[in-house]
Parts: sequence; C-alpha cells; structure tokens
Amino acid sequence: MKDSLASKTKIIGLILAFLIVVVMPPFYTSYWITLFTQMLIYGILAMSLDILLGYTGLSSFGHAGFFGASAYVVAVLATRYKMGFLTCFVSGIAVTTVISMIFGLLVAHATGVYFLIITLALGMTLWGLAFRWVTMTGGDNGISGIPRPDMGLPISLKDPLTFYYFILIFFLICLILMVIYVRSPFGHSLKGVRESESRMRVLGYHTWLHKYLSYVSSAAFAGVAGALWAYFDGFISPYNMDLTASIEIILMVILGGPGTLIGPALGAGIIVFLKNFISAYTQRWLLIVGTIYILTILYAPQGLMNLLKDWLKGGRKKAAAEEVI
Amino acid sequence: MKIGEQRKTEARGIEEREDQRPMSSIGLNDPSVRCEVVEQKTAVPCLVLENLSKDFGGLRAVDKINLKIEPGERRVLMGPNGAGKTTLFNLVSGVYPSSAGRILYFEKDVTGLPSYRRAALGIARTYQITNLFPNLAVSDNILMACQALVRTKFVMFRPLSSYHRLMDQCNNLLKEFGLWEKRNELVKNLSHGDQRQIEVSLALAEKPRLLLLDEPAAGLSSAETHALTLLLKKLDPSITILLIEHDMDVAFEFAERITVLYQGKFLAEGTKEEIKNNSTVQEIYLGSE
Amino acid sequence: MSEFLLVQTLNGLSFGALLFLLASGLSLIYGVMKIVNIAHGSYFMLGAYVGLSVILRTKSFILGAFAGGLVVGVVGMIMERGFLRKFPLKALPQMMITLGFALVFRDLALLIWGGDPYTLPCPEFLKGSTQIYQVVFPVYRLFVISVAVLVAIALWLFNDKTLVGAKLRAAVDDHEMASGVGLNVPLISGCMFGLGAFLAAFGGVIGGPIFGVYPGLDFELLSLGFVVVIVGGRGSLLGSAVGSILVGLVDNFGKALVPELSYFTLFAPMAIVVAVKPTGLFGRE
Repeated sequence: MKDSLASKTKIIGLILAFLIVVVMPPFYTSYWITLFTQMLIYGILAMSLDILLGYTGLSSFGHAGFFGASAYVVAVLATRYKMGFLTCFVSGIAVTTVISMIFGLLVAHATGVYFLIITLALGMTLWGLAFRWVTMTGGDNGISGIPRPDMGLPISLKDPLTFYYFILIFFLICLILMVIYVRSPFGHSLKGVRESESRMRVLGYHTWLHKYLSYVSSAAFAGVAGALWAYFDGFISPYNMDLTASIEIILMVILGGPGTLIGPALGAGIIVFLKNFISAYTQRWLLIVGTIYILTILYAPQGLMNLLKDWLKGGRKKAAAEEVI
Repeated sequence: MKIGEQRKTEARGIEEREDQRPMSSIGLNDPSVRCEVVEQKTAVPCLVLENLSKDFGGLRAVDKINLKIEPGERRVLMGPNGAGKTTLFNLVSGVYPSSAGRILYFEKDVTGLPSYRRAALGIARTYQITNLFPNLAVSDNILMACQALVRTKFVMFRPLSSYHRLMDQCNNLLKEFGLWEKRNELVKNLSHGDQRQIEVSLALAEKPRLLLLDEPAAGLSSAETHALTLLLKKLDPSITILLIEHDMDVAFEFAERITVLYQGKFLAEGTKEEIKNNSTVQEIYLGSE
Repeated sequence: MSEFLLVQTLNGLSFGALLFLLASGLSLIYGVMKIVNIAHGSYFMLGAYVGLSVILRTKSFILGAFAGGLVVGVVGMIMERGFLRKFPLKALPQMMITLGFALVFRDLALLIWGGDPYTLPCPEFLKGSTQIYQVVFPVYRLFVISVAVLVAIALWLFNDKTLVGAKLRAAVDDHEMASGVGLNVPLISGCMFGLGAFLAAFGGVIGGPIFGVYPGLDFELLSLGFVVVIVGGRGSLLGSAVGSILVGLVDNFGKALVPELSYFTLFAPMAIVVAVKPTGLFGRE
C-alpha cells in the first residue's frame, strides 16, 4: 500500500523505457536512431563511472582515457590490420583492463581529492599518448574509416537501425551485469567504502583491494563502451578522451544521480541529446555544460534519480500519514 | 556467542582470579561456567601492551603504557580528556601505527598489522563519535559487518540477498538489538540512541574475542544508558572487554578492574574499591571537573 | 652533445619556472582550502588572453602582465566569495563548481578571442639571445626563470618570515583553532584564492611569448600542474619548486628525445614518487 506510488512509477517507467527503446525505434528517423545509439553507448560509459564514483565514492577525472584507449585499439586493429569484430572488441577491453590494472596500483591507496588529482593526471597521459604518438594514432587527426563489423547477418550493420539493436543488446547485457555486480556482496562492500572507509578497515575489509578492483572493473566496462564507439562513429580522435570528455561523463553521473546505475544512464541520454541539439544552434556547448554543472551542484547535488526517489518517498510518507489520520 | 546468556559473575569468581588460580580449576568446581571457558588455553593474557607509545609530531599522546588484560576480563579505561584513551584504542585496533612498544594479542605480536588483519583475529571496536554508514539502511550496515570476515565479500556475481546464512545472522542481530522495526531506515535519519546501538551491534556482529568500546554511552539519555549497561552485562563472558567510559556510574557498575590514564601516562590500576579510594585519582577527576 | 644538454636543460628550467607560477598557486589554494581548483589552468589561460589584449592596446608588456594578473585575481576572488563559500569545507561540491567555471571560462575565451592560437609579443628589451658557455640562449627564457625565482623567494619570505604568513599557516593547519584565536579565516581564504589566481594569470602572460595562448592550454597546464603537485607534494612551497623543475625537465627532454611519447614520459616520475612516497617528495600528511 505504502509502496504503491513507487512501484507504480517503476512499472510505468519500465513500460515507457521498453516502448521508447525497444519497440518504437523502427519508426524513428535515422537522425533519432543514431542519437539513441549514441545515448546507449554513453549510457554504458556513464554506468561504468557510476561504479567508481557513485558506489565506491571515488571521483575519477580520467575515465574518458579508458574509453579512448579501447576505441583506439579497435581503430588500429580494424583499419590497419583488418581484424574482425571479436578480436578487436576483446583486445580493446583487454588493453584497457591491463592499463587500469597498472594505473590502479598508483591510485588505489588514494582517496578524495588526491584520487581526483591522480586520475586526472593519468587520464591526461593517455590523452597525451593519443595526441603525440602520431605514427600509431594519427595524432590530432585521429583514425577514421573504421568499418562496421561484418557479422554475417542478413542485414548489414551499416544500416543504422540494425546497428542500433546490436548496440542495444550490449547495453542490456552490461546493464544486467552491472546490476548483479552492485547487488553482490562485493558491490555492497563498495558502498561501505564510500560511506566510511575507516569503519570498513576496522571491520576487517582490505579497502585498498576493494578500491583497486572497483577501479579495474569500472575501466573494463568503459572499455566496452569505447570499443563500441569506434564501430559506431567509424572515427576516433584525442578529443574523445581529453579532460573535457572526462568531465562530461562525470556530469552525466551527477546529473542522473550517483549510485543508481539507471540515473547515470539517463544522465547520459540527457547530455548526449542536449549536446547534439544545442550544437545545432550554437557553438556555446561548453558554456552551457559548465552552467548546468554549477546549477546542478548548487540546487540538485544528489542528481535527478535521487531527487525522484526522495520525491517518491515523500509521497509515500504523506500517504502513510494520511492513512493514520 | 549468545548475548542472551546470563552470567553469574560471582560464581565465576573474580576474587578467585585475583588469586591467580588456573582457569581449569574454576571450570571443574563451578557448573555454571560454560565449556568454552575451560577449553581456552590457560593463563594466556588476551591483551598485553609493552611500553606502548605514540607521538604526533612533537606531542607524545601515549607514553610507555604497560597493560595486561586477561581473557574474559571487564576492564575500564578511565581518565580525563586528553589522557590518551582513544589514542590507545586507535593503537590497539591498528588505526594508528605505534611509535614505540609492542602490542601482544593472545601472545601474538600484532604491532605491525593493519586494522583489517587485526579484525580478522578477533579485535573489534566501537567509536566514540559514531562512525556508521549514514546513507545505508540499518540492515545494510549490519550486513556490512556480518560479511566482513568471510570470503563471500568478494563475490561479484550473486546477489547478497541470496546468502541466507548472512541474512539470518543480520536479522537475528537486528532483533536482538531492537532494530528490526527500523531495519530499512537510513542510519542518518535515526536517533542518536539508535545509532549508538548500531555502533555496538556492528562490533559484535563479527564475534570478536576482544571488544574495545569507546564511550558507548556518549550522548545517551539515562534510560538509554541503563539499557546499554544491561546489554553490556549480558555480553558473552568469554569476550574480553575494554571499555572507555566517562560516565562514572556505568564504569563502576561494569568494571572488574580499572586502569586510569592521565596525560598519556599510566596513573593507577586496581579494583573498583581501590580506584575509588585512590586519592590521586580523586584529585585529577575533581580537579578537572 | 653537451650543447644539446645545456639548451634542453635551460628550456626545461624555463618551462619549470612557468609551471612553478601555476603550481604554487594551486598548492596555496589546496593548502588553505583543501580544494583542488579545476579552474586554475583556466586562470593561466585567461591571464594570457587578457594580457594579450592589454599589450596589444597599450604596447606595454608590464602593464599587460599585471593587468592579466589583477583581472583574473579578482575573478578568482569572486568565484570564491560568490560560489565556493556556499559549501564551506565540503571539498567535492566546491571542486565541481570550479569545474563548471573552467568550462565556462574556456567557452568565454573562445567567444571573445576566437579559436586561433596567439603568441604574445615579447617586450623589446628582452628580445634576442645571449651567449652562455658557447650556447646561444634566448634572453626571454632567462627572464622567465628569474621571475619565477623572485616569486619563489617572495613567497617563501612571506610564508616564513611575516606575521601574515604565520597567520596563513595557522589557518592552513587548523581552521577551527584559527577562527577561535580571532583570525578571519574567510578573508584569508578569499585572499589566498585571489593570490593563487593572480600568480597563475601572471604566469600566463609571462609564458605567453614562449608558449602562446590557445583554447586547450587551460587543461593541458592544469594536468601538468597536477603532476607537479603529485610529485612535489601538496601544500608545500618547496615541493612546488622542486616538482616544477623536475616536471619541466622531464617534459622538455621527453619532447626532445621521444616526441611521440613525450606526455607519457611524465607517467614515470609520477609512478616512482607515488610508489615510494605517496604524499609527494615534500608532502605533508
């Protein structure tokens, strides 16, 4: 009874999501299909950061570095060595994971502000590699001409709608994996680290290890997003992985609501939409992003998803109070 | 570890222990003593501090403290503010590395071990300033403690809720501490008294052998304090308890032996009566209040 | 060979000098307010842009340098006063706000000055080169190094020898105690923020003739500034100095020897320092 508003909202939300994301796309124009594909890929990326930022409480300012690293691996393997989808995809994620395992050693002991600084610097070293290692990455010009994967399907993945559903499958798999992950005992421990690392240590948790694993797993999922992006856009450049890109991902998480998974996915959708929409009318995207940032922190720091949850709980409390009266 | 078991303090014979009688003889003579007490190795002290010191820059917060606590003992640590009591707790639980001296836990040198390793050995503590997981529900807080020392905490692919043993352990603790009704409330929304309850329950969830309680009654009303004292007295007798408490009534009610610190140094140690009648102790307490 | 070494060392030192102007401000702000100012690189960039406009109009480099410094210093103080103070002692929201401002500044700069890179005009009396031990070296770079050294000495004296410096150190070590003793901590924070901004902006103008100014300079330098803080240690003036020199040299030699991996070469000193002394060479805590 008390929960009816919350569960009703959840059900309506799920139905709406199902309609918009699964059923309706064949009726969208290719502009919207491409936009939705972008939203899904960035949704995976934002959710991956949520594991680190929302669940473990660690602000990483270098997350786009992992996204870009994976995309570059795919780009190089696909264009220069003409490797197939599976090889490129797995390699992209593998390389990203290995990088994060090395970076993690530097980073896992840090906390708060210091974590921010180190991850920012590390993210920029990856950017610097993309920018300056011209013989490998094409430098400022990036790598273009990444072909859509040839999966031997009756309809080519070059068709936007087919590719959209291809990406949707990956999104759903990632979403399910991450939901299981955050509900697992390990996921639970990450929340503990976020809330009080000192208490966790005294309780018996080797928090360094938990932070390390969180960092690596978060990077691995970012690698998935990066690999998919390379195939989506056919093009990758250092601008996909610079500090501004990392900042945009953080905004997606904060706007959507850290620690909710769905929130950051929604946040990604909103930011991707806004970016595309606004860029059609004005060059002032950064100014608007910056202003959204400032306004969000000032007025809705817990993010939209948590705002929604609180509003629902408030409604629940009101309903309960009314029952008593 | 069952909190509900009543303990007959007199039957255990505090006075007997003062005479340094071996544990096994107590077990044979006294039917009210539980088996676990007899099974324990004889005369291995639970906690021994040898010349333990801690410096913060130029300040010596704890100065060559020597302490010996027997298993199952109820020791109270007293002293005015700044005496170094909480620092001592931080040293024993591994939060601070020591500057000098040794810490022996059941004869094992734990001086260099990090906190989480000491927790695995059975050392648990509560905090004077409540240190819980504020944005998590009460049940989530307790689950955090329940899974802390088991390998399942690294499982990433099964929901926590499917681990029935952990969930049952959590639910039992919730009921024992009277938190069942509030189990879904976020800790930050609970009253101070409830939060202090959770503080203690987190420490007990891990079935510790040494329990460090840092002013558990801090900020509690007299009714809550009374309930807390009852709870403390019902604790498993095989747990060694070191209690910091400012509230003299709670301290004297609970203590078997009392150690008094002053400005980081050892001042006095003895039974309730001895300490009550110790003039130096009276002076520093009356003087500082 | 040794000529190459000398030239690159001096280049690295002059880059390090600029980094010091940036990093000392970062470190100051971190030390007092425990926040990391994401907009700090933006201060450097904005200072250079403002300086550029002033120099072009007045033909005076000195005026440009101080104008750039002052304007941005004021901007910094407004940021602190108007926005950061709404979240006293809450590090994360404060940093997020500085982040928002960094984006806003970047775009405003784009709007006002456009996307083309500029090189600031070098003052007449500092043009040309001089000879040191068979090596020909631009006078201006030597000038940059001397400015940084002067600023370093001034900051050190200020910090260690003056009453204001002592008050600052008190505020850094313990906010509450400092307020309790009657120090106006908000005023100190505001001034420190402004001073840090001034230093960064001033550095931007000084560095203008060598490195130019362009959109993207803000985050590139911010990252380098962070590497300096990681290597040198937070809240330490000596750390900023040593860190800046190290990073300047590594980056420069990297560019000269392995240009394709040059940014990545910074990873090595960071990794070593973090592995050996996580708080940085001269870091506290």
